[in-house]
Amino acid sequence: MILMSGNEAIAQGAWEAGATIGVAYPGTPSTETLENFALKNGVYAEWCVNEKVAVEVGVGASAAGARVLATMKHVGVNVAADPLFTAAYTGVNGGLVVLAADDPGMYSSQNEQDSHWYARAACIPMFDPADSAEALAFTRDAFDVSERFDVPVFIRSTVRVSHTKTPVEIGERNEYVRKPYESNPAKYVMMPAYAKPRRIDQLKRVADLKEWVETCQYNVRFDRSNEIGIICAGATYQHVEEALADASVFKLGVTWPLPERALRDFASSVDRVYVVEEGSRFLTESVSALGISLASPLHPVPEAGELSPGIIRASFGRELPTHQDAPENLPGRPPALCAGCPHRVVFKELSRMRAIVTGDIGCYTLAALPPLAAMDTCLDMGASVSMAHGFELAMADKEHRPVVAVIGDSTFAHSGLSSLISTVYNKGCGTVCVLDNRTTAMTGRQGNPFNGETLQHRPSRELDLEGVVRAIGVEDVQVIDPNDMRAVRGALKRATQTDDISVLIFRSPCILIDRVRKPAYEVTDACRACGVCPTLGCPAISTDEQTGVASIDPNQCIGCGQCSQYCGFSAIRQTQA
Amino acid sequence: MTQEEMQQAAPDAITVLLCGVGGQGTILAADLLAKAALEAGYVVKVSEIHGMSQRGGAVTTVVRFGRGRVASMVADAGTADCVVSFERMEALRNLAYVKEGGYLLVADERIKPLPVAAGLVKAPTDLDKRLEATEATIIPAGQIARAAGSPKSANVVLLGALATRLDFPLDVWKDVIAKRVPPKTVEANLAAFDEGYNFAREAALGAPDQA
Repeated sequence: MILMSGNEAIAQGAWEAGATIGVAYPGTPSTETLENFALKNGVYAEWCVNEKVAVEVGVGASAAGARVLATMKHVGVNVAADPLFTAAYTGVNGGLVVLAADDPGMYSSQNEQDSHWYARAACIPMFDPADSAEALAFTRDAFDVSERFDVPVFIRSTVRVSHTKTPVEIGERNEYVRKPYESNPAKYVMMPAYAKPRRIDQLKRVADLKEWVETCQYNVRFDRSNEIGIICAGATYQHVEEALADASVFKLGVTWPLPERALRDFASSVDRVYVVEEGSRFLTESVSALGISLASPLHPVPEAGELSPGIIRASFGRELPTHQDAPENLPGRPPALCAGCPHRVVFKELSRMRAIVTGDIGCYTLAALPPLAAMDTCLDMGASVSMAHGFELAMADKEHRPVVAVIGDSTFAHSGLSSLISTVYNKGCGTVCVLDNRTTAMTGRQGNPFNGETLQHRPSRELDLEGVVRAIGVEDVQVIDPNDMRAVRGALKRATQTDDISVLIFRSPCILIDRVRKPAYEVTDACRACGVCPTLGCPAISTDEQTGVASIDPNQCIGCGQCSQYCGFSAIRQTQA
Repeated sequence: MTQEEMQQAAPDAITVLLCGVGGQGTILAADLLAKAALEAGYVVKVSEIHGMSQRGGAVTTVVRFGRGRVASMVADAGTADCVVSFERMEALRNLAYVKEGGYLLVADERIKPLPVAAGLVKAPTDLDKRLEATEATIIPAGQIARAAGSPKSANVVLLGALATRLDFPLDVWKDVIAKRVPPKTVEANLAAFDEGYNFAREAALGAPDQA
């Protein structure tokens, strides 16, 4: 037995099934899956620029006969939805398994959508492992199911499956021989003439899947009570076992399609049957639609946020343990941009000039929090650029605050690029800041086209960011060192005063890449407690609650020197190591 | 898990919640605890949170282990046998998790949350008194770690303190730590573990009503 996270187990399962190709765009909580797969023998794995591209590469490799693992977070499934819905018509040649990793509770996401709806909408069967051992076994078997029914298969996990380590037994690799490829336009060319018969095939396949799921080994029933029965899946099943240990349980290992007869049987074995699920009403509505009459707990199970055994017990009116209360007036401890983050000054300056800042997905979203408070919007990958265009269009009738889009290098490659093309094509104006920190920082410093690093360290090329932006048709392109306050201020001032679109590339590597530390800075007696340096929101800087005098924690300071540029009293100086 | 394992209703598992500030090493400590529990013959689950919350924010990691099966991987209020906090304010933030008869091990570290450091909010002045009232064992983990020759091993000092309350053989702990930490720091980490162990044992002896 070894301890493995759900993500590691999914990678292991894919490897044991003989998958040879892995594709993904990183995103919490899915990221480590492909990172682990990439370390295994006999596999090729790559970061793609986005999830849509990843799935398309996967569908191609599957058609060519290989077994393929594609991984993404729940919102990545939105991006990949276009190829997925039609891949559910074409079907596969080699098995194609897609991880959709959900984030109920939104630990690191902009929403907590439930990927189950995609399974139903796209007619793609979905496995729902409840721990790492199941994550491994279900993923391994999902490749067989994919080939048997000629359809891509989803593995759905949540944070508590992906990032929980539980014991697993690992197995041998099935030395899968790639299936031969023969041209078959009727299967793979989805124009109306061929898609119409594939749609009929799809419906037949759904009927076959519904028959298979009635007796498949992945749905398990525990008869413990003839009063209460609970239908649940995934991590929620574990909470139910803890919360309602005396209840009968129907544990769904496959959440689409549902085993109609088996669920009916289960429902008739108990007085009251309930669905307990997290983050949506997918299961409740789907089970109700089978004609099963569901009971309601004393209090509804909350639809928002993550579940826990205690929340479920409370819903069912069960006793909760007594405990002391935490003090109510504790100050919060939100995450912050790292001490020495090269892009802090950009946000400080945007805040200073009262810009309307359309933000994007990445660590820099943390600049929305006080004291920087330098962000107006954050919606989805790439939206900063397109939303800035929308702001400019709507506000063109009057003088307005400058509109500035802020986007990281990896997010720009993911989908900011197409937004920028659209803005330029439509003669849009405004300012786009690309915060190029040479990596995909938030998810753990993965490669991307603009740093030229690939997942398995194969030689690549760095995409020329300035060149690409110029080629799109942006004439005003400037590269600036974001650690230089005067350069940042000057560039933003100039760019926001022009009527054309400007792209400012603020280039400086994420401090977590090389972890280089220069001698720390310190605050001298010259400090007048003016309160400017704490507005940078640097975790190394704090002020005395009584006197307001600033100080710098030498253990946290990495010597970037940004704060010293803001000190009007020359009271911040570098120490001699 | 096998059918038979799943058929058993979840028995009581031991729950340890580790909390602190992103970057303090809670995840590594949780990993070491989980490996030690596994080596000591327990079934284990360890649940981490990655991503955005790691950037200097409040973090928690839950380790649950038992002789039978362990079902849920999270902790609720009043369910943790032990809360190990790497920072004083975080101990109070997670106080509600400690179950009746449970205990709190706290590193004597103070890290101001950014809103306090930036002067945006004031921290209440009675936090030390509040923490004292919890009868937590306060451990000068950083000081002990530095004395042991490895300033970064405060987390291992806390594990040493935790080891006084668990039935894992000490060899198992030491083996797990030695295998996981950088080779050059093995000796210092093992010394840190011993010192944490000794400190907590003496603290328990010094307070007979707690023993």
